[in-house]
Amino acid sequence: MKPSQLESESIEILREAVAGARKPVMMYSIGKDSSVMLHLARKAFFPAPPPFPLLHVDTTWKFKEMYAHRDRMARESGMTLLTHTNREGQAAGVNPFTHGSSYYTDVMKTEALKQALDLHGFDVIFGGARRDEEKSRAKERVFSLRSEGHRWDPKRQRPELWNLYNTRLKEGESLRVFPLSNWTEADIWGYIRDEDIPIVPLYFAKERPVVNRGGTLIMVDDERLPLEPGEKPEMRLVRFRTLGCYPLSGAIESSATTLDEIIAETLSARVSERQGRLIDSDQPGSMEKKKQEGYF
Amino acid sequence: MAASVTEKPLLRFITCGSVDDGKSTLIGRLLHETKAIFEDQLVALERDSRQHGTQGGKVDFALLVDGLQAEREQGITIDVAYRFFASTKRRFIVADTPGHEQYTRNMATGASTADLAVLLVDARKGLLTQTYRHARIVAMMGIRHVVLAINKMDLVGFDETVFKSITEAFQATAAEHKFTGVQAIPMCSLDGDNVISRSPRMAWYEGPALLEHLDGLDAHEEGGPASFRLPVQWVNRPHLNFRGFCGRVAAGTVRPGDRVRVLPSGATSRVKELVFMGGDLESAGRGDSITLTLEDEVDVSRGDVIASADDPPQATDQFEARVLWMAEHPLMPGRPYLLKLHNKEVTATVTAIKHLVEVDTGNHLAARSLALNEIGVVNLSLSQPVCFEPYDTNRTMGGFILVDKLTLGTVGAGMIDFALRRASNIHWQALDIDKGARARMKHQSPACIWFTGLSGSGKSTVANLLEKRLHAEGRHTFILDGDNVRHGLNRDLGFTEADRVENIRRIAEVAKLMVDAGLIVLTSFISPYEAERQMAREMFSEGEFLEVFVDASLEECERRDPKGLYAKARRGELKNFTGVDSDFEAPVAPEVHLRTGQQSPEACVDQILRELK
Ligand SMILES: Nc1nc2c(ncn2[C@@H]2O[C@H](COP(=O)(O)OP(=O)(O)O)[C@@H](O)[C@H]2O)c(=O)[nH]1
Repeated sequence: MKPSQLESESIEILREAVAGARKPVMMYSIGKDSSVMLHLARKAFFPAPPPFPLLHVDTTWKFKEMYAHRDRMARESGMTLLTHTNREGQAAGVNPFTHGSSYYTDVMKTEALKQALDLHGFDVIFGGARRDEEKSRAKERVFSLRSEGHRWDPKRQRPELWNLYNTRLKEGESLRVFPLSNWTEADIWGYIRDEDIPIVPLYFAKERPVVNRGGTLIMVDDERLPLEPGEKPEMRLVRFRTLGCYPLSGAIESSATTLDEIIAETLSARVSERQGRLIDSDQPGSMEKKKQEGYF
Repeated sequence: MAASVTEKPLLRFITCGSVDDGKSTLIGRLLHETKAIFEDQLVALERDSRQHGTQGGKVDFALLVDGLQAEREQGITIDVAYRFFASTKRRFIVADTPGHEQYTRNMATGASTADLAVLLVDARKGLLTQTYRHARIVAMMGIRHVVLAINKMDLVGFDETVFKSITEAFQATAAEHKFTGVQAIPMCSLDGDNVISRSPRMAWYEGPALLEHLDGLDAHEEGGPASFRLPVQWVNRPHLNFRGFCGRVAAGTVRPGDRVRVLPSGATSRVKELVFMGGDLESAGRGDSITLTLEDEVDVSRGDVIASADDPPQATDQFEARVLWMAEHPLMPGRPYLLKLHNKEVTATVTAIKHLVEVDTGNHLAARSLALNEIGVVNLSLSQPVCFEPYDTNRTMGGFILVDKLTLGTVGAGMIDFALRRASNIHWQALDIDKGARARMKHQSPACIWFTGLSGSGKSTVANLLEKRLHAEGRHTFILDGDNVRHGLNRDLGFTEADRVENIRRIAEVAKLMVDAGLIVLTSFISPYEAERQMAREMFSEGEFLEVFVDASLEECERRDPKGLYAKARRGELKNFTGVDSDFEAPVAPEVHLRTGQQSPEACVDQILRELK
């Protein structure tokens, strides 16, 4: 089958970024967007494997099924998988419960990411963000310039005309490149179905042990989740629209067990996928602030 | 079963209008009605509407599309935002660009990838200067399909005559810009009239609602069937037995067996396979990202173009183009920039600004440089030939960006109109007696010793002393300085930035000819800008160019003030004097760094001679 326009554009972005890069890397967060991005990278460089490694910033709080899926995909794609955890954060016992989601994200994700990038000296970093996800992302460039210290300065972003991307960098600067910029959530699901892309089973509905916290269903994935007095996990038919750290990912009640059912549900959904993410709503414009500090 | 979403045809469009014409309201409405807005976003919107809204607490759709917090607070959009929605027939990407006066750059960016433009007009105000400006930019960027959205019809009592007179007034503009399909639609975007479906409040209007029109439009024709062009983006070489040439098809179609020509080398071959994960392709067309293999072993690299053998594109190293300047610091003729056209990067200089185009009127004005948001028709000269097609024939083959060599920012965007000469007539005459031959006869290695530093730093003193020493050793030398250049070759130039750039360019060219003649040339000019010193450096071979930074502090130079120039400049009698009201950019990595405050002229000369050996 011929490539679609969306697919062709993403492939072009991937090739262009690699052509201009000294040391590229792909952020791999194991979710559906990462799965699509990885699939596109394999297409872009076929029959060669993509000429860069995968990087997983591991907070140690991902779902068990995510780790299993990650290792399988690295094996199948023939790519090197790098993982990085913020050891100081881990040693200090930073976790999403006692420290709050905002501080936790800062230490275990943003800081960890910067550490990993500095450690390896990557200059071009692929991320799976989409413009339709959140308001401040709608203006994000496809090739987003980061100054020294990974800071995002809105004033220094380069105009992007046609499909001509300026990949030149000064010492210490880097580029975050978003091949899925113009995809929507519906596109992602449709593509996963059409291309038969493997995804983490957590996206499909199943009876899972959950607790209800202020309207958010949190899955009890292991014994580290501290139960509040009187709280008892109950089995509910749920699935996830987005995956992150399990204590921060809200499940939705759903009976969708096939991709067609998921797509039907997504197309008629009245709530955005980010609502299940606890980090976006801590403060107004919060995504924008996190971005300036170096979060994806 | 749901339809395959990613296969729905895509239409990209841009909305343009002046502030408050109702652009954001319109986009918000389109997103809302096509269910591209979710409930939690709506809740956030209601919260924002109460805080910042202009609708007295009513949901203000404009806030939905005003992205960054800072601009939300200022109430203006300062960048291009992309929005997504889908109808039952196709998917849409909207480039939302601000109507604010200064932002030609954003509009051009949004228009560069758009197939159609929605020009918003306030029914009460009719066509404004901004409307003409937006139409001109949209046309320049190659858009031929326009919707004239006459908004706020509720405020003119849904009066058909108002609609008619604005529509008629626009006809001349449409003809001037050769818009092929203009659809005027009367609207009230606040209430949604004629946005998604036809409005009963304007029964006299017989045309389609906006979404109907967008759904039915065939916007992709770009002047009939075109010949195949594949700008090579990446060479895929996993092992010795596979060489795939990757890129996105810019025009035409391709099938295995097609005869192709590789440019600029001119080598020919046939397409063997169109390799694609999941199964080779039988054919590919415009917009497809492909990997093709060839029957023969031919040399192909990134930046080359693989084209149909019978109808290859032209190559040139000089062309005329329209350039939109997008940086605070103006475009300077003579200054070298990086030019990126499809996948090819070369050095380019503007050799002449033919005229500036006034965006509001289309009038031509004379200009010596281009400032932010100005558009000029210019001649460009490149360091190597590139394959191209006129922008109006093919956007991919004719659109380019300019990148500043120092900041590495994207500073300009251009559209090629035509070649000034074909690459085939530019081969230099291969001369039998070359630089090497001349140098051997003089028993020396020719070189350019480029002195740079503030006025009064000691450039001339050191250069003169160095020339004496070299002469005594039997070397053939020549000094270029203000005295022998300013009065003759460059007597038409002053001290503005544009003139300084041109001054240095000419000096570098003369120095290069002298080096070709076998001489050791000493240039002694302030040469304050890194970009020009870099340009001079790039004209010479490795090791031939020696940058000597004659470093003395401004206070020291002002104290010395041998010609009394600083005093004059301080009194305001001398404009654009380096160090006083014009910048000096210190060299980043000079071969020789002299500190004349601490070293004697003799010690300085010794230091240069050590580097020369
Ligand atoms: N009466 C009326 N007001 C409108 C209409 N469309 C937009 N407006 C109002 O005009 C003002 C400016 O609209 P906005 O969408 O922010 O304009 P923008 O600057 O072009 O994005 C707001 O107060 C809108 O509510 C319309 O069709 N009728």
